[in-house]
Amino acid sequence: MSTSQTPLVEVRNLVKHFGSVIALNGVSMSVNRNEVLCLLGDNGAGKSTLINTLAGVHKPTSGDFLVDGQPRVFSGPRDALDAGIATVYQDLAMIPLMSVTRNFFMGREPLIGFGPFKRMDMDEADNVTRDEMHKIGIDVRDPQQAVGTLSGGERQCVAIARAVYFGAKVLILDEPTSALGVAQTSMVLKYINQVRAKGLGVIFITHNVRHAYAVGNRFTVLNRGKTLGTYAKNEIGIDELQNLMAGGKELQSLSEELGGTI
Amino acid sequence: MTLANEQNGSAVGPDERLKKVSTLTAILRRPELGAVAGLVLVTVFFLLTANPAMFTLAGVMNFMAPAAQLGILAIGAALLMIGGEFDLSIGSMVAFAGLVFGTALVVWQMPLSVAILVALAFAVFIGVTNAQLTMRTGLPSFIVTLAFLFILRGLTLVGLKWASGGATQLRGMKEAVAGSPLAPLFSGDAFPGLFTWLAEVGIIDTFPNGTPRVSGVPVEILWFIAIALLATWVLLRSRFGNWIFASGGDPRAARKSGVPVARVKTTLFVVTALCATLVAILTVLDAGSTDARRGFQKEFEAIIAAVIGGCLLTGGYGSAIGAFFGSIVFGMVLIGLTYTSIDQDWYLVFLGGMLLTAVVFNNVIRKRVTGER
Repeated sequence: MSTSQTPLVEVRNLVKHFGSVIALNGVSMSVNRNEVLCLLGDNGAGKSTLINTLAGVHKPTSGDFLVDGQPRVFSGPRDALDAGIATVYQDLAMIPLMSVTRNFFMGREPLIGFGPFKRMDMDEADNVTRDEMHKIGIDVRDPQQAVGTLSGGERQCVAIARAVYFGAKVLILDEPTSALGVAQTSMVLKYINQVRAKGLGVIFITHNVRHAYAVGNRFTVLNRGKTLGTYAKNEIGIDELQNLMAGGKELQSLSEELGGTI
Repeated sequence: MTLANEQNGSAVGPDERLKKVSTLTAILRRPELGAVAGLVLVTVFFLLTANPAMFTLAGVMNFMAPAAQLGILAIGAALLMIGGEFDLSIGSMVAFAGLVFGTALVVWQMPLSVAILVALAFAVFIGVTNAQLTMRTGLPSFIVTLAFLFILRGLTLVGLKWASGGATQLRGMKEAVAGSPLAPLFSGDAFPGLFTWLAEVGIIDTFPNGTPRVSGVPVEILWFIAIALLATWVLLRSRFGNWIFASGGDPRAARKSGVPVARVKTTLFVVTALCATLVAILTVLDAGSTDARRGFQKEFEAIIAAVIGGCLLTGGYGSAIGAFFGSIVFGMVLIGLTYTSIDQDWYLVFLGGMLLTAVVFNNVIRKRVTGER
């Protein structure tokens, strides 16, 4: 990746305190266009706090937060969304009982008609949904079918497609593959790659190094609220990354005990 | 297509299966299926057992009138349930609105239009109160509105005694609204001219003296149909409808997607209270009096009608047209039993049985439709 271009989003020495708890203690990272940045870290490393800060849910205690090179302070998630930073959370913000179309346009319904007769343009919404789903290779025969009928991977893809369709430039994906099977995971990973190729910056949060290595261009490792470092794909191997993430030796010895299967 | 198959090989099998059953699924997916099935069942039952007079025009008006009174409440309750909340105070709200409306007309001598506005204003206030208490405390609306079930019933009793000088009934509404141009909108029968003409040309039955047996459509039935159509349009076609489903389906997800959940729920509580007030106005003008027992236990009947109509108790799913049919089922059984030799008190047994069947049925359908496990 070229270092000359301005990152879409960059944070430097980000610190976040919750009362006496220091959740982030100097995190630096950046994501460029056409890039998947993987944010790796074990439980409690501060991944969630970092996402929520990037998404505008939390305000950083100190540190720089640059969007397109300009310092920004978000007053809420809506602000971040307007700046083109969309977050797909683990629970996806999808409602299983509602149709794919209704979920896709939830909160941003296309309207048609005048005054009191203003109504949802359901045909248009159905068409857009069908098209967008088709682009990612999910053949939704009937966009009016409930989201509950889709598989976990398909739901994840719908949530990502929704964010992309509504103009996201930076996509934050919070453990999109953690609850998925093998086939489903590869479907989601393929789609992440596709989104990157469209020119978006993707921040892919995971604690699965294999998934990260499959699509990532760069890897930022978090541990105890700090960045341990950022590595390009050609600088680091998958095992090295694994060890770094787990904090070194302990896991290595455990891994030997288990016959090197972790 | 080929892309889809490549990307997700496992989906090929289920996809083909989906195609085969798609028509059936489309029918099963309709939330009002249960209510329509129930209506057909009940109709067949009464066609077999009841006096044929039940299905004459007069007979139909006979059971549609109570169905309409319940239905207006049930549609409000259905919208609120789809939005994820309950209102157990609807029945008491009918009595309370009757008191406010009656007092405005008879005690304060207000014209009908002003009395209606006063009653509606009280309804908005109660609806907002229910909503705010529910949302601010985070308590289930079930509990908050249960409190108001008693509070409003009690206030009605106290208020009636005050307004009438010690009785629990207030009379004189018919006289108070006589000659008001608004009165035909809320009382009596609509289209009398049409029915007289239909009788003259021999399309509908007449009394021996030539006047029609049915002098018009009771206005509550027209209100009932209009509200059912409006509510269905709102649910299925408007943006607000999408917000109702979203708020009930998963308020957190809805909020994250930019749906103003609190505003949606407040509006729904107000709509429910307004429906109760409309029923109060209709029935008070019809009877010419109001009493403390008005709307007694209607909250349960309305919720049952909504559930028969396909509303899930957990919110996020249901239909207004289903509640419409559910209410007609109620009216039919309530009145229909008098056309048979069956003891009318079987009505209550039916009520409970129907509720159980509907809930079980709804759950099965929901699981099939959404693939929930």
